[in-house]
Amino acid sequence: MSSTIDEEVAAKAPQRPTKRQRQAANIADAASGGIKMLVLKLVLLGILDAIAVSAVFVLVMGGQWLVAAVVALVAAVVNWIYFSRRKLPAKYLTPGIIFLVLFQVFVLVYTGYIAFTNYGTGHNGSQEQAVSSLMASSLQRVEDSPTYPVTVVDQLGTLGLLATDPDGDAYVGTNDRPLEPVDADMEGGKAVATDGWTSLSFADVLARTDEITELAVPFSDDPNDGALRTPDGSTAYQYVSTLEYDEAAGTMTDVTTGTVYSDIGTGAFTSESGEELLPGWQITVGFDNFVRAVTDERLAEPLVYVTLWTFAFALISVASTFFLGLFLAIVFNDLRMRGRRYYRVLMILPYAIPTFLSALIWRGMMNESFGFINQVLLGGAEVPWLTDPFMAKVSVLIVNLWLGFPYMFLVCMGALQSIPDDIQEAATVDGAKPWAVFRLIKLPLLLVTVAPLLIASFAFNFNNFNVIYMLTDGGPRDSNAPIPVGFTDILITMVYKVAFTGQSRDYGLASAYSIIIFIVVSVIAIIAFRRTKSLEELN
Amino acid sequence: MRVNKKGLLAAGAAAVVVTLGLAGCAGGGDTSDDATSSGTLTVWVDAERVDALKGAADAYTEKTGVEVDIVGKDVADIKDDFIQQVPTGKGPDITMGAHDWLGELSTNGVVAPIELGDSAGDYLPVAVDASTYEGTTYMLPYAVENIAMLRNADLVPEPATSFDDMIAKGQAAGLTQPFVVEQGAEGNPYHLYPFQTAFGSPVFGSGAEGYDPTDLQLGNTGGEQFATWLGSQGKNGTGAFNTDITSDIAKESFLTGKSAFWLTGPWNVGAAIDGGINVAIDTVPSPGPEVASPFAGVKGFFISAESDNKVAANDFLVNYIGTEDVQLELFEAGNILPALSAAAETASSDPIIAGFAAVGAEAVPMPAIPAMGSVWQYWGIAEADIINGADPVPTWQKLTSDVQAAIK
Repeated sequence: MSSTIDEEVAAKAPQRPTKRQRQAANIADAASGGIKMLVLKLVLLGILDAIAVSAVFVLVMGGQWLVAAVVALVAAVVNWIYFSRRKLPAKYLTPGIIFLVLFQVFVLVYTGYIAFTNYGTGHNGSQEQAVSSLMASSLQRVEDSPTYPVTVVDQLGTLGLLATDPDGDAYVGTNDRPLEPVDADMEGGKAVATDGWTSLSFADVLARTDEITELAVPFSDDPNDGALRTPDGSTAYQYVSTLEYDEAAGTMTDVTTGTVYSDIGTGAFTSESGEELLPGWQITVGFDNFVRAVTDERLAEPLVYVTLWTFAFALISVASTFFLGLFLAIVFNDLRMRGRRYYRVLMILPYAIPTFLSALIWRGMMNESFGFINQVLLGGAEVPWLTDPFMAKVSVLIVNLWLGFPYMFLVCMGALQSIPDDIQEAATVDGAKPWAVFRLIKLPLLLVTVAPLLIASFAFNFNNFNVIYMLTDGGPRDSNAPIPVGFTDILITMVYKVAFTGQSRDYGLASAYSIIIFIVVSVIAIIAFRRTKSLEELN
Repeated sequence: MRVNKKGLLAAGAAAVVVTLGLAGCAGGGDTSDDATSSGTLTVWVDAERVDALKGAADAYTEKTGVEVDIVGKDVADIKDDFIQQVPTGKGPDITMGAHDWLGELSTNGVVAPIELGDSAGDYLPVAVDASTYEGTTYMLPYAVENIAMLRNADLVPEPATSFDDMIAKGQAAGLTQPFVVEQGAEGNPYHLYPFQTAFGSPVFGSGAEGYDPTDLQLGNTGGEQFATWLGSQGKNGTGAFNTDITSDIAKESFLTGKSAFWLTGPWNVGAAIDGGINVAIDTVPSPGPEVASPFAGVKGFFISAESDNKVAANDFLVNYIGTEDVQLELFEAGNILPALSAAAETASSDPIIAGFAAVGAEAVPMPAIPAMGSVWQYWGIAEADIINGADPVPTWQKLTSDVQAAIK
């Protein structure tokens, strides 16, 4: 008995393997090549460890202890997993998990965190940075005051300025000691050295930049005369500051008007009348952004129709692309059609062109007076493709159909081929007409595999920022709305406009909105997935 | 199946190497920029001007020993990257930019004041005005940019004296669309502004400290006259303005000789000359009682508020970038009028630049105050509506009230 099998095998063996079979065999050989692969594994792990060690080193030097610890820990875990003889599931899962954490979990958590802060224009950095920026910009050069050539000098570690006034007299002073006259060595009308002080070279000046930026030598005993400061180490100007910072009380005082701005916990110094000094700083604001997102009066009216249009856009896009894709898949699945392969390639072309590019090309073609469609295809008609509220919606749907059907075509093609022919034959034998076969047998079986993809496609189109932004930018604008919203804006583009209009960037509000939209889409997806479970019972 | 575990292991290990490699890079980036504290100035410039600054950078390194690291960046990213990176301490010491960023940069506290000192008088007045925000100077200007009227001198040999004269001259030359200016579905107020100022309606009134956001001049009677005029030149009028004309369409129309006048900026002159057009630069012909003043955009350099090298940065900008040679180098890289008067004079030996400079003398700085953001939002769409036949005066009044409400 066994000999017959051997004979069979022997009889088949001499057949030359096809090219593909040989390729497959080579790949399999390479993948299983014992000692070579072990060496490769060691080399790769070695490289990884080398990178990890250098990263830890650099991070520790930079004082980033937490990140360094995380990198070291991850590297150790990876080594442990891959040198272990067991841990097979972990060996498969580790790379994926690392990518997931790096590119998904971190982004989600960070967006969540930003949603609870006031990060945005005017609240960009820390309080310390805001104070130093406010103090720096509050310096006003005393009107008509001369330029003082200066030399930066040092006395026992204390920096001072050796200044020459327009009359050629030399003065010296420090942060604590107002300018006083001294005898100095002059060079080209500028005092360059004086007894008891060491003159700094330009390189020394640069090395002590921080101290020199802080150096303000009082002009006289009267603080109202201001102080000499040198922005470049060789010339000084007389400045008065219009703001005074009281660190203990946490207040800023405008010395010209006497207004007191205090830190009232909103992330900016605020006067009693509610006037804010900007820049402020970044703080956490709890649910403020979410409250603003749902109670913003300016949004009340546009929000309703934008939401309706978002749902319509997503649903119609999914339905139209699905049915066109399905129709084409059925047509091109018919064995009687010749040259199907070439048609299929043509069908997939829109999918191969970047969305940005095709949306911009469509935008050009749909220009009312000069576009290709009106000028050439319609012989000079003036169809307001992108400028009429209704037509713009139609245009967006057409373009999205063009962009989206190849995907559905591919998916349906695959799904159709996986439906066994015998079911169809059985139905035909039972006397079912083609339409009935399609409606009662093919479509339900198709939906079993395709329904989850349709839900994903809905979620994608719900947030299809690219098409709207590139094609119409939400336009035509609704000139009656209090925010710059247009008739083809979907939720995500409206959020973009609300959070990033003009010069203001409100990252906190934008994050809050995107979390709200995320919740809406997830709820819909979960419900839809529950419903599609019932389809699976068909199998 | 002959594929065994080890193959997958290798693939897995490779993936991990890549992942950690990325993590390592991300972590490494945190510290590599700290090099700026040890005598290196990092300067962000737009990619086209990297070479123009090389000479100044080398000269500075030679004299002071401070390395100048010139980093070419995409113009579109510079502003947002600067605002985001400065507070983290990772930004550059100096960045190239435009004066209308000032409101945003200052509100975010990312720019440090700069002292031009006595050299302030060496710059064109419009450049110094534009570099000043709320009374403090923040920018070292290097170029002044404004739009002007490009004329096809073969079609129309004489400059036009007024808007109507321009149309008449163009029609006499047998053109149906003598004049083009780019618009769009949402209008383009920047290119319409000279006509608006011709009716005496600036956006904001200005005082000693620059534009005053509380003094909105947009809706004055001049503004309404402008709106009426714009309506008469739109779809239901002469058709001189058309919101379907985009920049590409305007360019094509001028290059093919369908239009003799093109209101545009220096960035398009190269294309016109390459297209074989005999280009002359005129001032904007006024349709109203006053001079038609376009917006001037001033380009310059900012110092980061968090720079560890403020002294060197100030020195480099004021004493090196602010010299005629460097300003001329930058001019050659971009063909925009230099901001330093002496360099501007040298550059004006070119009749094209002299033409733009003459218009620039009438230009006003584009407001940098944050309130301007609210104006842009509503301005263009209202103008587009008027061009497309909306009732001019009520539309203009609604624009004014919308802007007024948004500024509060």
